[in-house]
Amino acid sequence: MATTLQINGQARDVTAGPDTPLLWVLRDELHMTGTKYGCGVAQCGACTVHLDGQAVRSCQTPIGAVPAGAKITTIEGLGGTHPVQAAWVKHDVPQCGYCQSGQIMSATALLTATPKPTDADIDAAMSGNICRCGAYQRIRAAIKDAAGVAPAAPAAA
Amino acid sequence: MNAPVNPSDLSTATRRGLIVGAAMVGGSLLVGCSPADILSLGAQKVDSAFGPFVKIGADGWVTVISKHQEMGQGNHAGLAAIVAEELDADWSKVKVEEAPANAKLYGNTLMGVQGTGGSTAINNSWDQLRKAGAGARAMFVQAAAARFGAQAGDLTVKDGVVSDPKSGKSASFAELLPDAAKIKPPENPTLKDPKTFTLIGTDRVRRKDSLAKATGTARYTQDVQLPGMLVAMVAHSPRFGGKVKSFDAAAAKQVPGVVDVFEIPTGVAVTAQNTFAARQGRDALKVTWDDDKAEKRGSDVILAEYKQIAAGKGPAEIKAQAFETKGDAANAFGGDVFRASYDFPFLAHATMEPMNCVAQVQGNSVKLTFASQVQTLDQLNVAKVVGTLPGAVEIETLFAGGSFGRRANQDSDYVVECAHVAKKTGGKPVKLVWTREDDMTAGKYRPLTYHDVVVKLGADGFPAAWRHRIVTQSITKGMPMQKGLDETTVEGTKGSPYLKATPVVDAQVYMPELPVPVLWWRSVGATHTAFVMEHTIDQLARKAGQDPAAYRKALYQKAGAARHLAALNLALEKAGPTPTPGWTRGVAVHESFGSVVAQVAEVQVKDGEPKVGRVVTAIDCGVAVSPDQIAAQMEGGTCYGLSATLFGQVTLKDGLVEQTNFDTYRVLRINEAPQVETHIVPSGEHPSGVGEPGTPVIGPAVANAILAATGQATNSLPMVKA
Repeated sequence: MATTLQINGQARDVTAGPDTPLLWVLRDELHMTGTKYGCGVAQCGACTVHLDGQAVRSCQTPIGAVPAGAKITTIEGLGGTHPVQAAWVKHDVPQCGYCQSGQIMSATALLTATPKPTDADIDAAMSGNICRCGAYQRIRAAIKDAAGVAPAAPAAA
Repeated sequence: MNAPVNPSDLSTATRRGLIVGAAMVGGSLLVGCSPADILSLGAQKVDSAFGPFVKIGADGWVTVISKHQEMGQGNHAGLAAIVAEELDADWSKVKVEEAPANAKLYGNTLMGVQGTGGSTAINNSWDQLRKAGAGARAMFVQAAAARFGAQAGDLTVKDGVVSDPKSGKSASFAELLPDAAKIKPPENPTLKDPKTFTLIGTDRVRRKDSLAKATGTARYTQDVQLPGMLVAMVAHSPRFGGKVKSFDAAAAKQVPGVVDVFEIPTGVAVTAQNTFAARQGRDALKVTWDDDKAEKRGSDVILAEYKQIAAGKGPAEIKAQAFETKGDAANAFGGDVFRASYDFPFLAHATMEPMNCVAQVQGNSVKLTFASQVQTLDQLNVAKVVGTLPGAVEIETLFAGGSFGRRANQDSDYVVECAHVAKKTGGKPVKLVWTREDDMTAGKYRPLTYHDVVVKLGADGFPAAWRHRIVTQSITKGMPMQKGLDETTVEGTKGSPYLKATPVVDAQVYMPELPVPVLWWRSVGATHTAFVMEHTIDQLARKAGQDPAAYRKALYQKAGAARHLAALNLALEKAGPTPTPGWTRGVAVHESFGSVVAQVAEVQVKDGEPKVGRVVTAIDCGVAVSPDQIAAQMEGGTCYGLSATLFGQVTLKDGLVEQTNFDTYRVLRINEAPQVETHIVPSGEHPSGVGEPGTPVIGPAVANAILAATGQATNSLPMVKA
């Protein structure tokens, strides 16, 4: 039985069963490998995508639970010239890079909801995304740069 | 003179050892082979007129062939910059490609085999790549001289364009390529005077992979898709040293998408059409394990035994090995002495990308597509499994989603496991996927370690006698390079300037054997020795009534440790005299992988947990090839070390690993990350390590800040146990 998903503005028919996590449908069936597997239990954020603009963990989102017509956006859907992606390149944020798709999806969701985030906003939105290389201070700097917030903005906490 | 290379790091320790070891790993296939034969096993080459490290396209783009794996450490940026500097290439038209597996062409000159580790990428490539870039430059200059009718010595090169200032003629690399490619690469091209560098050491040296990694297009092992490819998962013994007794595959085979279930040496493999089916199939397996020879103890039991061993009350077969001995220790510890012990847990590397590999076995040919870190060993180990020659094992090296040492191991554990599966798929490629849980419970940990220290201070307040006992598993055990002392267990205590400045030293290590597999973990021995030496020295300074930074400076002067002194001075100067209000400072300094790192860390204890704010870092790493990537490694290395210091621990209970995922193996998150400032000690010395030396210093710096704030020492890591 096919399921139709709205991914990056396109209707995609997939054959995976309804209990299959969106992560594996994206990666294995649609070969959209920008979204990463990191933990499988929604602890690391490497698999973050947008569901109707909200950041969700695709490893814990069975496709059967995706509402019909809901808009899914993946890293591939940002287009490569998104201001957040440009800021990531400007600050040379990535090290190994494996977590960065998820970081960027969380960051873009944050900036959509909160265009001028404080440090506390960044902590709250980004603490679900682990970076074992520890690129955190550049992630913070790139988010502020993309948002046009001063780098030394005092902590709101 | 070259900067000293830490003799105990992976690279130098294995220089001879791994070559010999490779022959042994290869077994009978390689009997009679000399090391030179083994080094020429690689079948693949790069076709270029400019030698093995440089390709230049008709479009003028320069491709630098990297013999080193990029796992995040940024070496591709630095390696490309070395070539581009000597070549005077247009940096905006330089890209990097991974070298094929060919130890003869692409061997690490400090390791003897093709491999990345021990923070040696820039260090061992420096001369080689300068020569490669300068050689290619000379070929373009010669081609241009012929074309312009000019003298080669009169020509200049800038941004990939050769010019003749006299005639005003100029031509780009692209235009000159057909002529330049016909010229024989010079044997000994003239290298630049480092004072004339225009790219190296500047912030123009940037990563070449940021865009790919910011768009999800960078290719990792996990992303490999090949026609007909199967995905495999393996059920491993829950206890180290356990074996399969029996298994029932009936339920697993019922899972839609599961292709096959079979036993391999490390467990029971499930192959499937996709990852989710493989996972479901693996979860449906019923395996009975034989735990006869398995580790069944808990970490607490192991630590209690280590304490006994350190006290000389352990089993007779675990013998002490002295690693620094001088003076008359027998009579040096009378009266009032300082005593401290420290314990460190097992640590998982916990790379963001769990271990994985793609293999295809077709007859005697093998193709591996994955983030290989020590290609030569992976070739040898897989060749042995498949029964072929190492040269028949082709490797396409991909980006690694982190390694921190995990992907470099003597037995190529997950690679060999993948080969065992690929032998049974009828020639189809197979991607072995370890889940996070597989990865975290598979071992290859930083060893659980115990230190016991006794120091007698002299009348001047400085150490007069130092007794040191370390109990830890050997990392290099079983490797031919190890002859008695495993240097990785003691590096950092051995060679410490504090011991140099102490007249009486009695330092020994015990290396008990456990079934728990251990491995180098970013900065290796320094993960514990730096903590012990630097936290002890702070406590000794306080006991002597002296300022810890001034105390260190005096000891560095006694020991002739000029680089330590310079790094500390720079960190203190940049930190300034006054801590951020409300924060307490701690200082630590440590040398590893040929580089010295000093840090001033500002710490608060908030809600019962230490919080680290500003961290001022100074590093002496010789010539700084890519300053921004050095900063990135100081930032990242600090986070990696801080994560372990605050939260990192793998514990065993009845032999079972208690941490299985990031919900139980707590790691540092963005709200806990410090703000690291990096300052580089100016140096003209040969480049030394950067990827690892930033990791071991933050732990003791934080402990020293807590000591300053509360008077409490830290004797057990992690600081936050729950």
